Amino acid sequence: MRRYLPIIIVAIAIFLALPYLLPTYYLSLSTKILIFALFAMSLDLLIGYTGLASLGHAAFFGLGGYVVGLLVVRGQVSEWIAFPAGIILATALGALFAVLALRARGSYFLMITLALAQVVWGIAFGWRTLTGGDDGLPGVKRPTFFVSLADENSFYYFVLLMVGLSAWALFAIVRSPFGHALRGIRESETRMLALGYNVWLHQFAAFVISSAFAGLAGALFVYNTRFVSPDVLHVVRSAEVLIMVILGGVGTLLGPAIGAAVIILLEDFISSLTQRWLLILGIVYVVTTLFAPRGLVGLYKEHFSRNRKR
Amino acid sequence: MIWVIHTLNGVSFGILLFLLAAGLSLIYGLMKILNLTHGSYYLVGAYIGSTVIATTGSFILALIIAPLVVAVLGAVMERFFLRRFHLDELPQTLLTFGFLFIFADLSLWIWGGDPIMLPKPAMFSRSIDIGGLGYPTYRLLLIGVGLLVALILWWFQERTRVGAMLRAGVDDAEIARAMGIDVSLLFTLVFAVGALLAALGGVLGGPIIGAGPGTDFDVMLLAFVVVIIGGLGSLRGALVGGLVVGLLDNFGKIFFPEFALFTIFVPMAVILSFRPTGLFGRG
Repeated sequence: MRRYLPIIIVAIAIFLALPYLLPTYYLSLSTKILIFALFAMSLDLLIGYTGLASLGHAAFFGLGGYVVGLLVVRGQVSEWIAFPAGIILATALGALFAVLALRARGSYFLMITLALAQVVWGIAFGWRTLTGGDDGLPGVKRPTFFVSLADENSFYYFVLLMVGLSAWALFAIVRSPFGHALRGIRESETRMLALGYNVWLHQFAAFVISSAFAGLAGALFVYNTRFVSPDVLHVVRSAEVLIMVILGGVGTLLGPAIGAAVIILLEDFISSLTQRWLLILGIVYVVTTLFAPRGLVGLYKEHFSRNRKR
Repeated sequence: MIWVIHTLNGVSFGILLFLLAAGLSLIYGLMKILNLTHGSYYLVGAYIGSTVIATTGSFILALIIAPLVVAVLGAVMERFFLRRFHLDELPQTLLTFGFLFIFADLSLWIWGGDPIMLPKPAMFSRSIDIGGLGYPTYRLLLIGVGLLVALILWWFQERTRVGAMLRAGVDDAEIARAMGIDVSLLFTLVFAVGALLAALGGVLGGPIIGAGPGTDFDVMLLAFVVVIIGGLGSLRGALVGGLVVGLLDNFGKIFFPEFALFTIFVPMAVILSFRPTGLFGRG
């Protein structure tokens, strides 16, 4: 960790200076990138460190967002309650999903997480009287935590603080004995069982922690766009965050954050040119799988070690 | 008598789900690939079917051409892409997701964003009388065709040489290969057949549930529930699971219209708690 300290300090300095360097449009794009970086890192804890590939991660992201949106718009509830409530309910949903999905492994796990997440989407889509259905809920005003976060600059700093703290927490988790146990489980469940670890409890905990951070990211996302619609829960979201993780590099935490930045910037760029973003995204999936299966971080490492050998 | 009608509706929808789930299940059974593109085969099948009907006016022709085209798409996906990642779950998931998006966007590009309904074939556009109520003969045709397909698949699997190879491959692909069975060809064949069945479902289901953007996700989800309940890798599971989900969905929509999805998912969760690999699955 000490080795990276200068890099971390420089990175923090750059992030702090961004509002002074970027025009408003790109600043709000940066906010979006930070939010999705957190979302992707939360999924990486599950895929990269625990070996459980969830295809329904948008459920926690979306629920975190919907709870905030519903409480603020429909309930006129204070942000001091709405914001934590979003995270807590997303965490609770994570616990429920974990209990069901951890009965199964492999492909069944993929299908169950995807199917359960679609149920949540179905509720948000179908329960028009509460959620506004397809039209969504507009008018989610940005919170005031001691200071108003309505303008882009202060909201950016708020997101930076939240994502920074979460990233620090996630790095601490994967470096802790608990994190090492997760990696052991990823490599061999049976061996960890034989060593006396409660494998189920570890996986359950990883799932719940992961959904909590996803919920936080979702809440931030809805505050950022001031709007929530079933889109945040859709399987396309789950798929998008999955490709961020893989494209960046599974099991590196930093990689998925970079993957998030690449995908968001690409989406922004492509969308300004053509309507065919989904097609391009699909091609990104295929190309990544064929040519960069270990992600950008993996490519970098391969290149780096090859150069060193010469 | 209304209950007979509701039951028939549920059964015909269940048969449609069987067509989808059978391919999904066979592909998984042999190759352990969870094919997320399976709903797209349905969608593309329905769209191609609509184009064939619009140009030739023949439902039968649509029923032949659309599944064959989609079968080729499936075979290409297996042969040139999925094959490289045999038994590697994450890349397979990504690839099939990628193709899902590609097919979805290309379909949107070619056929536009408005949902379509396929016209029923003229011979089966009428209704017959069931206890004083009219019932569309098309749904009865659907049930008949579905059961026929189930029978053919069963015969193929249990009574033919290729079927025996297939069963050997499902049990142990490695040993099957060592015994001189061309497992590689079998993989492509099964993928093509799976895609063909899904596209057949698309054409047959076109006059009932139609097709449009998002249908691919919807039917994929239902097919997943079918195989989660019935068990992956088992044709019997696909048929029983399909009928169970078809009936649950139909009666769910009658009794709890706002929360119809729950009537499918609560039983799924219950079955999952007792049999994590489904009713007929083998883990």
